[in-house]
Amino acid sequence: MEHVADIPSRFIPLLDQVADPEIPLLTVRDMGVVRKVEEADDHITITITPTYSGCPAMDTIEKDLLHVFRNNGYPNTEVKTILYPPWTTDWFSEEAREKLVQSGISPPDHALSKAEMLGKDVHATCPRCKSQNTQRISEFGSTACKALYKCLDCGDPFDYFKCI
Amino acid sequence: MGDNALILGQRLGEWCGHGPVLEEDIALTNIALDLIGQARMVYQKVGALENGARTEDDVAFLRDANEFYNVLLVEMENGDFAHTIARQFYFSAFQVPFLERLAGSSDEFLRDFAFKSIKEARYHLKHATQWVLRLGDGTSESHDRMQLAINTLWEYTGELFMTDDVDLEMASLTGIHLEDIHQMWLTHVRQTLEEATLDMPDESTWMQSGGKQGVHTEHLGYILTDMQWLQRAYPGAEW
Repeated sequence: MEHVADIPSRFIPLLDQVADPEIPLLTVRDMGVVRKVEEADDHITITITPTYSGCPAMDTIEKDLLHVFRNNGYPNTEVKTILYPPWTTDWFSEEAREKLVQSGISPPDHALSKAEMLGKDVHATCPRCKSQNTQRISEFGSTACKALYKCLDCGDPFDYFKCI
Repeated sequence: MGDNALILGQRLGEWCGHGPVLEEDIALTNIALDLIGQARMVYQKVGALENGARTEDDVAFLRDANEFYNVLLVEMENGDFAHTIARQFYFSAFQVPFLERLAGSSDEFLRDFAFKSIKEARYHLKHATQWVLRLGDGTSESHDRMQLAINTLWEYTGELFMTDDVDLEMASLTGIHLEDIHQMWLTHVRQTLEEATLDMPDESTWMQSGGKQGVHTEHLGYILTDMQWLQRAYPGAEW
């Protein structure tokens, strides 16, 4: 399944002014939350999709998008939320993954979650010392989208962005 | 679907600041957040079907207990951590195969809702299953308390699979038969309890029901009081 966001390039600078409120280093476009931007007769429709259904960041993201667009020449902007196709961590760009590491968050690892489904003992990579000698502390971390790990080499706790 | 998610979410939210350890405090409230998000999707759809006669907030905050159709299981008190885990384990073991079937629905909303929610429900089930194993196969104290919770809540599990008129209509529209889900549920519960060195409760025991018809235990009234008092006391108040 390939689901590339449909965003005309002229809107990218505006979109990139809106950061994810929970991971401010990432923009909403990095996250893959913005799926589409359409312009018809001076009317802009931005289509977004939630990461998790209860994600409290969505309301803030909607307000921030409206604020930026309405104050930059697009007074008739609306934001629409869709559920399908459901958001997946596959939509993270390489750049976004690198930014996650810089924020101290281990990016989602597909091979890891596949191994986990097969019941294997898996270890997220420590974003600081790159060790794989790590241990999962909790299935849920600081937000619903992350799990909490501890690095057994450098001793630091870190968040791992779960694959969904 | 919406009421099950909302009431269980509200119950789990009661753990906020009271979890046995910080990690579990966060886990239980994150699960609560997922469930409340799922309830919102359903209630927004209700609002759309009624052409906006009610908002999602009206549906959540302005119905009385007899207008809620959640199963009794989800309104049971949190009890100790083992009871909360047993309740989640029973519910998520139902929700996962149910949503997997629902994802095959030809109705666009049901399909979208199921695809979105299933990713979350799988994590909830994994989390609850791991705790059943850890507590059941843990110390004698944790084993006994987990067994007690499994036994106590057992009589509320039958309702998940009792077919009423709404379920019959669902079956005719979506092809989902609760009896099929029941078999998948039993398999997961049996396997997990065995691995956790816990006894499977008596499957032929009498089961409580009524929630799906709006006949609830006294617990729901207390939940709604806590959840709705602000909208009842100050109608239309916004946060």
